[in-house]
Amino acid sequence: MTPKSRLHIPQPSARPGEEPDFSYLSLSEAGAVARPDPDTPASKIENLAHEMVRVLDDDGIAKGEWVPDLNPEKLLKALRMMLLTRIFDARMQRVQRQGKISFYMQSLGEEAVSIGQGMALERGDMLFPSYRNQGLFILRGTSLVDMMCQCLSNTRDMCKGRQMPIMYHNKKGNVFSISGNLATQYPHAVGWAMASAIKGEDHIAASWVGDGSTAEADFHYALTFAAVYQAPVILNVVNNQWAISTFQGFAGGERRSFAARGLGLGIPGVRVDGNDLLAVYAVTDWAAQRAREGRGPTLIELVTYRGGAHSTSDDPTIYRPKDEWSSFPLGDPIERLKQHLVNAGHWSDEQHAELEAELKKSVDDDWKEAISYGTMTEGPRLNVDEMFDDVYAETPAHLKKQREQLRALRGSSS
Amino acid sequence: MSQMSMIKAINSALDIMMQKDPTVVILGEDVGYFGGVFRCTSGLQAKYGEHRVIDAPIAEGGIIGSAIGIGTNGLRPVAEIQFADYIYPGMDQILSELARLRYRSGGEFFSPVTVRTPCGGGIRGGQTHSQSPEAVFTHLSGIVTVMPSNPYDAKGLLISAIESDDPVVFFEPKRIYSGPFDGDPDKPAVSWSSHPGGEVPEGHYTVPLGKAAVIEQGSDLSIVTYGTMVHVVQAAVRKSGVSADIIDVRTLAPLDIDTLRESVEKTGRCLIAHEATRFCGYGAELVATVQEECFYHLEAPIGRVAGWDTPYPHAFEWEYFPGQDRVLAGISSIMESV
Repeated sequence: MTPKSRLHIPQPSARPGEEPDFSYLSLSEAGAVARPDPDTPASKIENLAHEMVRVLDDDGIAKGEWVPDLNPEKLLKALRMMLLTRIFDARMQRVQRQGKISFYMQSLGEEAVSIGQGMALERGDMLFPSYRNQGLFILRGTSLVDMMCQCLSNTRDMCKGRQMPIMYHNKKGNVFSISGNLATQYPHAVGWAMASAIKGEDHIAASWVGDGSTAEADFHYALTFAAVYQAPVILNVVNNQWAISTFQGFAGGERRSFAARGLGLGIPGVRVDGNDLLAVYAVTDWAAQRAREGRGPTLIELVTYRGGAHSTSDDPTIYRPKDEWSSFPLGDPIERLKQHLVNAGHWSDEQHAELEAELKKSVDDDWKEAISYGTMTEGPRLNVDEMFDDVYAETPAHLKKQREQLRALRGSSS
Repeated sequence: MSQMSMIKAINSALDIMMQKDPTVVILGEDVGYFGGVFRCTSGLQAKYGEHRVIDAPIAEGGIIGSAIGIGTNGLRPVAEIQFADYIYPGMDQILSELARLRYRSGGEFFSPVTVRTPCGGGIRGGQTHSQSPEAVFTHLSGIVTVMPSNPYDAKGLLISAIESDDPVVFFEPKRIYSGPFDGDPDKPAVSWSSHPGGEVPEGHYTVPLGKAAVIEQGSDLSIVTYGTMVHVVQAAVRKSGVSADIIDVRTLAPLDIDTLRESVEKTGRCLIAHEATRFCGYGAELVATVQEECFYHLEAPIGRVAGWDTPYPHAFEWEYFPGQDRVLAGISSIMESV
């Protein structure tokens, strides 16, 4: 019989009640992948898009050519930043459950992405984050109080009450405003990088999307423009295996890696163990060097796992095994870096416990300060007049009139 | 008859149409195994299989573009866009392709796509989960634009939309998915079980496209509205004591002009209420139409109550939302005109 076409429906390896199965993930041994010179032409390093750059082995030993030049102080800073991100997330998740904020999204299990990549970039480099990059904000010096106040939409909210929780920005820290729309920031990063090249500056841009968002047209526009103009940009795909309920196969991850998406355009792709802070740092540093030296864009796929729900509106127990994360072969990024530092004699379980307690205390103190600027239900509120500001640079007549109408209504009802 | 929420009514319409017509297929983000983030497609993949309830990549342009192709090859696609705020990557496919395919091919090609999408505010969704972009679609010739205000209409209109050979953009006001909402966020939520619109037949029935409903009869004023605002207007009218016709437009385009004309010729006064921004909003078309059709019957300028012309602010959701106080102010202003 002649074979017939049949609609292929991608299937995740396990559903609730089944044994987690990550056999679909192709892994390389730590230290196995060679590190090419950053000036190697894209056509000679296509292997990097299919293999996986890993530095830390299962015992926490750093191996191979990608071991980055990071002293213990820097590694301890990375550990601290990752732990702070996780503790902040846990606290915000809890206050959402208590009804204090309307919504939240954790980056549980993905902390090495923001911290490792952020540390490999320079302060003047511009970051275009997705909604799960809170670590970038923390690393770039955004105070947790400010981030909490944004989530609270209170009188100190950087967005003046206009955005849902987690849609931060940090103008001074060179972190762009987060959009709720998916992948829209990718072409912005390319455009920012094009401007840097037009102006002859050596700052580069970086942006992040999830595996699911690679299906959006903006992802493809960004790759095309980055390739055509050889823009100094690092484009990152955080492959955390799940886009709400659809596994990464629905974004086209079944047959080739996400890192390979750029190969057809001549953009080098690097697939990296996204839970290995040393490897994440090393490949980002490599891509940054390429961008700064005029060798154009790099597409990095960071293989990780979304440890929590998509958001506080989501219930993942409906569509994936409950214990899937604990079977994920790349483990937990914080545990792995901790193990490495303990093995090397730079850290101990006691110190880790102390640090955890210290950070929890400081996040608790930050929360107390943040709510003193008001919550959704109590304390001071933003001035409602400000609702009409910033629609345009100068508020036009019809908006001034609407502001007056609202004032009159509120005056008459109180 | 049984009691249904709007979610259940939509689910029932989809179920009945998939049962009745093997060419009906559903596609969208998270619609399959998961059953949709608002649960509107819950259970349908298990019942009809993965080839008829299809999980899609996160690509609204891809969902609508491929739905058009599926529709040109003999199937009848119902596409879900997870939030109306995310429909814009599909805009070119809707505007340049879906709306015009019949016209540009001399009536030979068409694609009977229904695009379902939740819209509107009131769920603390901020600027990216609260928009009411209906006027963007009513402006396109060739698209039928629908927004129901209760479960009964939602089911009957959705069945009509799926059966229609014209493309339909079907807006579902998510604030009233679970129960009617009169604009007061401090009141406890009510379910559809205590509302006549929550009485829904189990089987197949239709509510015709292109027909408005006069849901309350009065003599002094016609209030034209749709979606969530229907309930806000009803509550405000009760408070005001005015005797008003309340017209639920239901199908925004093509518009049921006759029902509007009859009502305004009777009352001589007209107020338009919608949640979307005011400037170039759908209300502007309603005002122009009523003015053209009923000018010599009008005793007062036509009034408009709408969202402010700003993005939907997270912190000021209830100052933004055109609640009962704004409707009451609109009613007073028209009734006080000599």
